[in-house]
Amino acid sequence: MSSELNNPFASTEQEHRGKKVELLVKSCTLAMTWLLIIPVLAIIIFLVYKAWPALSIEFLLDNPEKKMTAGGIWGPLIGTFFLVLVSLIIAAPTGILAGVYLNEFARDNWVTRFINLAVVNLAGVPSIVHGLFGLGAFVYFLGMDRCLLAASCTVAVMTLPVIITSTKEALASVPMSFRVACWNMGATKWQTIRTIVLPNSISGILTGVILQVARAAGETAPILFTGAMISSRIADSGWDAMVPYGLEDRFMALSYHLYIISTQWQNVPESFKFGTAAVMIGLVIAVNSLSIGFRIYLRARKKW
Amino acid sequence: MEYQIEFRDVSVYYGKDIALQGINLQIPRNEIFGIIGPANAGKTTFLKAINRTLEFIHSAKTTGEVLFDGKDVRQIRNVYGLRRKVGVVFPLPVGLPMSIYENVAYAPRRSGIHNKQELEEIVVRCLKQAMLWDEVKDRLHMLGTKLSGGQQQRLTIARALSHSPDVLCLDEFSIAIDPVTTMKIEDVLTELKSEMTIILVTNLVQQARRLADQTAFFNKSELVEVGTTEKIFTSPENQLTYDYVTGDFG
Amino acid sequence: MSETTPTVDSDFSLRRGIQKVVDFMEPAIVGLIYLCGWSAIIFVMAIFFFVFKESLPAITGIEEIGGGVDAEVEKLDLVEFTTSPKWIPESAKKPTFGILALMLGTLSVTVLSMVIAVPLGLGAAVYVSEFAKGKSREILKVLIELLAAIPSVVWGFIGLVVMNPMIVDVTGEPVGLNILNAGIVLALMSVPIIVSVSEDALRAVPDSFREAGIALGANRWEMVYKVLFPAAKNGLLAAVLLGIGRGIGETMAVLMCTGHSVNMPTSIFDPVRTLTATIAAELGEAVRGDMHYHTLFLIGVVLFVFAFVINLTADLIVKGIKVQENE
Repeated sequence: MSSELNNPFASTEQEHRGKKVELLVKSCTLAMTWLLIIPVLAIIIFLVYKAWPALSIEFLLDNPEKKMTAGGIWGPLIGTFFLVLVSLIIAAPTGILAGVYLNEFARDNWVTRFINLAVVNLAGVPSIVHGLFGLGAFVYFLGMDRCLLAASCTVAVMTLPVIITSTKEALASVPMSFRVACWNMGATKWQTIRTIVLPNSISGILTGVILQVARAAGETAPILFTGAMISSRIADSGWDAMVPYGLEDRFMALSYHLYIISTQWQNVPESFKFGTAAVMIGLVIAVNSLSIGFRIYLRARKKW
Repeated sequence: MEYQIEFRDVSVYYGKDIALQGINLQIPRNEIFGIIGPANAGKTTFLKAINRTLEFIHSAKTTGEVLFDGKDVRQIRNVYGLRRKVGVVFPLPVGLPMSIYENVAYAPRRSGIHNKQELEEIVVRCLKQAMLWDEVKDRLHMLGTKLSGGQQQRLTIARALSHSPDVLCLDEFSIAIDPVTTMKIEDVLTELKSEMTIILVTNLVQQARRLADQTAFFNKSELVEVGTTEKIFTSPENQLTYDYVTGDFG
Repeated sequence: MSETTPTVDSDFSLRRGIQKVVDFMEPAIVGLIYLCGWSAIIFVMAIFFFVFKESLPAITGIEEIGGGVDAEVEKLDLVEFTTSPKWIPESAKKPTFGILALMLGTLSVTVLSMVIAVPLGLGAAVYVSEFAKGKSREILKVLIELLAAIPSVVWGFIGLVVMNPMIVDVTGEPVGLNILNAGIVLALMSVPIIVSVSEDALRAVPDSFREAGIALGANRWEMVYKVLFPAAKNGLLAAVLLGIGRGIGETMAVLMCTGHSVNMPTSIFDPVRTLTATIAAELGEAVRGDMHYHTLFLIGVVLFVFAFVINLTADLIVKGIKVQENE
């Protein structure tokens, strides 16, 4: 082989063979790529197919009844929504400011390397360990008990590193020359960040942040011991159905709900399990598509 | 108090690399002061030393004194006030991603001017001074980044003027724009001279000859020679200077 | 233009209260930003601290009952903890806390998932970075990303209701919840991170390398095999490590797919139980202050340390590449 590499005057036969090999490699790697994608598409189609009998507006808007043998998934659905919302309120400011620090203030020294290392490691902590941390720190140490707030804090810590990373990326896309121009006009660092850097990156930052938090809210392990519960009684209509959980209440969540109805409870109609899974995947796809669409929109109206 | 800006034995280092070495220089008020020299001669560093934007380069270290209005710039507690007295125009035009109006109103807003009428006066005055008014007066709310290169460079000048600086620094402003616009801006500079001190760093030797009252020649981090433009261009003391201005350099 | 007054510092001051803003607001906000910048370090340490704290009584044998009063509790036998394959926490006679079988469970599932995911992930990364162009490239990347976006409990559900009967049909095993099931599910879950990190590593190889390879008469495969892989090997290694990290840390999917029975694995059709799944399944029932409870937190510490070492190594490897590039 190495003699081939060294021979600059490769014979046509070799070239011909080379073309064949290249085609082979291309088709092999393409096949491998599809081997990853086809199962996903098949699974999604299968889930929707099996869930079809259950999928309806009522399924989304009704509360679980009789150990999930009737009704729908409104409670878990709204619980997951509130989990996302509260986590977002806690994690977004901290994570965004941390990203601002790393991109705008941090010098290239050991402190920064240390912080970056911490971000990488925080991102790698297993979700169940986050759950243990939430239990030890928020539920017991801070005395929150198991509740929406404790679970949201846990999810917030879990999403912090990804928020920091995506913020850093969005900030780095703002050209340095804008900052230099502002500094030269006598703007302070924060004025520059507030008036130039953030306004031109905030939509990108928020897309990333919401995507990441929504993704984390699909996790079960961190909320398992920090506040999620099954079949809490909530109102079927009115204001109490729209905002069923206070910060100090335990709550239902889609992920936990699916875990319980598919492993612990008997006699749950199959279409209900599949329906819950399909709704979760539907939400994932919706949030992802929205963020992709929004990114394309942003790219189209780029200001420079 | 004689001089607008005075350098007293100023050296600047980037880490181990030396960028300016032992510069002694006086720049009088209301003059156009030309600075010429090859690339990497320290010309841009010289400008950055005046308004202390060198501080944004973490590895930069300065020794010696830079006096602005007779005051050591490093003693000035309020560096933002200092930077407002110095307008800077960069080699490549930078339109900020906001409307033309907001581009020019940016610095006044940051210094606390919120009165609409006052802002408008500043915007109109600066755009007129930068000879951009006629071209943009009907579309002040267009994005500054969507202007052509030459227009953006004049917008940058208008912005540099918007905080009423005492000193206007131009760093090779004509590098990315066409000759006609360059001539227009050169006219602007001659007019502005009565109002402020202008430091013109240029890679075009003839531009310095046309505009500058005094010219300094920098080479390899050092100030080789400074004198009236006429002297530098007709009878320089240093052979290097002679070679550079006659085009035999290198 | 501006009237020349005697030079005093006030000459450089700003007007109309902006001075106050610059003097007080600026440092306050910058201070807040610095604090947030440090938050990642604070939280990593806090996680270790709190998880370790809850596990401590099992090691020291001292439990704080409140009011500053300590009580002696039973100590965990650390030798048994690390070497015994028996995990019988709720035994009335003699509870045994050995995590060997659990570790092997985690190991077997992770190894199998890597055996599946690494070739597929690398292949997909090569295709996406070297062959695919424009729109199709973008679409492929989005679809692969989707694998990571599907919540782990949904993956677990898929393993439970889709893969389970399929494995029973194909292999004739009585139950389809085993290492194979969890390995496949976990492989699909960890592929996206392998693809994206490897793709970055491949794209970091300068085009001049590729051109040199082609100029020497190498075809694409030879180029990928002899030029790209060696040049990107650190990045690819980091990708595999991150995939392993993901596998070790995954909880809900393996809880639902492995069969969840304590078992020293002998074949890929054996059901096993993993470290993560044990915590998830048992912490709800364990009584706070109980030995079982502390031991579950100790498993958390073990997991934290595993993840820490793996991520640190991967990060150092990736940093190593960046340093080389700069030189």
